[in-house]
Amino acid sequence: MDILLAIAIMALGAVVLGAALGFASIKFKVEGDPLVEKIDAILPQTQCGQCGYPGCKPYAEAIAKGEADINLCPPGGMEGVQRLADLLGREVKPLEAEEKPKQVAIIDENTCIGCTLCIQACPVDAIVGAAKQMHTIIAQQCTGCELCLPPCPVECIHMEVIPETLENWKWKYPVVAIQPVATRPSAEEAA
Amino acid sequence: MLAKLFKFYGGVKPPSNKTLSNQQPIRPAPLPSRLVVPLHQSIGGTPRPLVQAGDPVLKGQKIGEADGWISAAVHAPTSGTVVEVAMHVRPHVSGLESLCVVIEPDGKDEWIAHGPADRAAMSPADICQFLQEHGIVGLGGAGFPTHGKLKATPGVPMAELIINAAECEPYITCDDLLMRERADDIVRGTAVFRDMLQPTRVIIGIEDNKPEAIAAMQKAVEAQGEAFAVVPVPTLYPAGGAKQLIRVLTGKEVPGAMRSTADMGVQVFNVGTAYAAWRAIGHGEPLISRIVTLTGNVRSAGNVEALIGTPMDELLKLAEPNPDTDGIIMGGPMMGFLVPNEHAPIVKTSNCLIAHSERLFPPKAPEMPCIRCGACARACPHELQPFELYWHARAKDFGKTQQYHIFDCIECGCCSFVCPSRIPLVQYFRFAKSEIWAREKEKKAADEAKQRFEFKQFREEREKAEKAEKLAKAAAAQAAKKAAEAAAASDAPATEQPAEAAADPAEAAKKAAIAAAMARAKAQREAAQPKNTDELTPEQAKAMAEIEARRQQAGIVPEPADALPATTEAKPE
Repeated sequence: MDILLAIAIMALGAVVLGAALGFASIKFKVEGDPLVEKIDAILPQTQCGQCGYPGCKPYAEAIAKGEADINLCPPGGMEGVQRLADLLGREVKPLEAEEKPKQVAIIDENTCIGCTLCIQACPVDAIVGAAKQMHTIIAQQCTGCELCLPPCPVECIHMEVIPETLENWKWKYPVVAIQPVATRPSAEEAA
Repeated sequence: MLAKLFKFYGGVKPPSNKTLSNQQPIRPAPLPSRLVVPLHQSIGGTPRPLVQAGDPVLKGQKIGEADGWISAAVHAPTSGTVVEVAMHVRPHVSGLESLCVVIEPDGKDEWIAHGPADRAAMSPADICQFLQEHGIVGLGGAGFPTHGKLKATPGVPMAELIINAAECEPYITCDDLLMRERADDIVRGTAVFRDMLQPTRVIIGIEDNKPEAIAAMQKAVEAQGEAFAVVPVPTLYPAGGAKQLIRVLTGKEVPGAMRSTADMGVQVFNVGTAYAAWRAIGHGEPLISRIVTLTGNVRSAGNVEALIGTPMDELLKLAEPNPDTDGIIMGGPMMGFLVPNEHAPIVKTSNCLIAHSERLFPPKAPEMPCIRCGACARACPHELQPFELYWHARAKDFGKTQQYHIFDCIECGCCSFVCPSRIPLVQYFRFAKSEIWAREKEKKAADEAKQRFEFKQFREEREKAEKAEKLAKAAAAQAAKKAAEAAAASDAPATEQPAEAAADPAEAAKKAAIAAAMARAKAQREAAQPKNTDELTPEQAKAMAEIEARRQQAGIVPEPADALPATTEAKPE
């Protein structure tokens, strides 16, 4: 009799816990992969495709699946690699490509023929213009991805490094200046 | 009148060095050789230039139009000619340039037509606009446009209006001298603010190391019959911080996250701002000059009334700097900075120039490791823990610095002042703050880029789908048309076959209609026969039949309507 009671109690426990787990799996169901979102939040969203993936989200997905390395994003820089490494517990690796300062695309409006090819290439719709009308770049929206450079048939787009102004100036990390210390007079001088 | 005073936490007592420069009356500075007036002199939008190179300007003429509500106009400090509107170095730690109007004075110092404001006819909003048009900004240091502070927060009764005359930074005496010499105008300006804000109390807080200024202010307040309280506050740096002065005078503690003290029913203005506001309201004079303390390593320290835009090196020469002067500090020794370029001009917020020399400010001994003695935490007037903040800022762990409330830091420099290891703590905090701001901006830009990218993708998908749908529709219509043609050509019972072939009822109906129309046309054609063949004589009929026979022999195809034999083509021969 005792053994039956024990089995019944265990069975009841199993049913209750199973029901709780089943409820939890429906109630707290995770839509999508939260890791992809976290990785995507670190990526700079330039959508430049320099990593070999068509946009930041696909690259984030590839990293999450373990298909891509974390050091393929030049606009994110070494700092981005560092943050990805921290998030994923992977080793920090040097960046594949060289790090560039932040840039903005400029259209030479005298040369532009209004072909709309760059407008189609811009991933963030930062170019305004219409067929046979002059195009121009909305500098605030430009991510500096350089995707508009190759399609231009008259090569009227160039990249410019964003200069330091009073608006984007930052306090520098305090560094201790190394000062030359007087050295002992050398043998020649002493002689 | 004894007011109960409160204390704020921490604070330091650096040597004040104020007697250097407060012994002489304010001198007017002579006209400089040229004036470089930066357009951006206050917090907020950069004013738009209203003049071009070559334009003649009069003293007080507006040369920069305020851009947006939090912005104030900029005026020509003297009459002369605009040499250029170009990038020139700003009095800023970075040594970067910004857009400036360069004016060559003509020496006449000729005023533009100006006059006092008719306050009786002006609404509070008009007065705000008047002050904005006259370029009045906070002269205490931050340069917040004054008109933006002259409105009580809705739902919060304005309890105290505080005039900040503490002037707690060492060396600086410009407010001291202003109060000694021009107390009447300060009281009038305070009355303007009082009328705008309608506070219960008006308190003028002055550090007790300025007895002459306190006496002058009390005399002016009594002479004008105002109910302002002139309250001496204990000399303790940084008593002149807005939040510290509020604490000392009212006992209210302003939470760090609160952006405006008006949310607590307190508003604070610098004493110089009250004076400038009265010069504008009472005399129509825009803010084109200010009192600047010239002190430090100089032979004749003192205060001068300098035009905005006067180059610093030229101004400092008035105080005869000693030959070993190797730089200029703008502001006080606690919060000021060594200007990277000494040709930079005086702006509305430049209260003091200190000639720097190694004798006066010996170079700091090298930084040593933090020993966690806690001296900084005892000195911090905001009750922060600078050693923790330093730790995290140094490690660039910005999330942690925010957890330790780095944005409550007012960069007063007390912690660096007391640090036995001589760590430049404030520099680390400034670095962390600007890095956090930059990252927030970057994050916002990235989010926006992501949103735009996703919308572009969505739009491309939608366009593709729309195009595909259009193509499918066109293909279906083509197919239906072909089917209908086939049906008509087969000459079968017109209404049945196409209806079966058509996929949907609409197509079927269309096809039925087409078939019906074709049938009608056929019937019409049959009905419309030549009328002259209806009543024929037998001879005529015979002749016609003969002709038909001949035609057939000749191989001429009979006409399609030739369904009725022997009655066609009855032509007289």
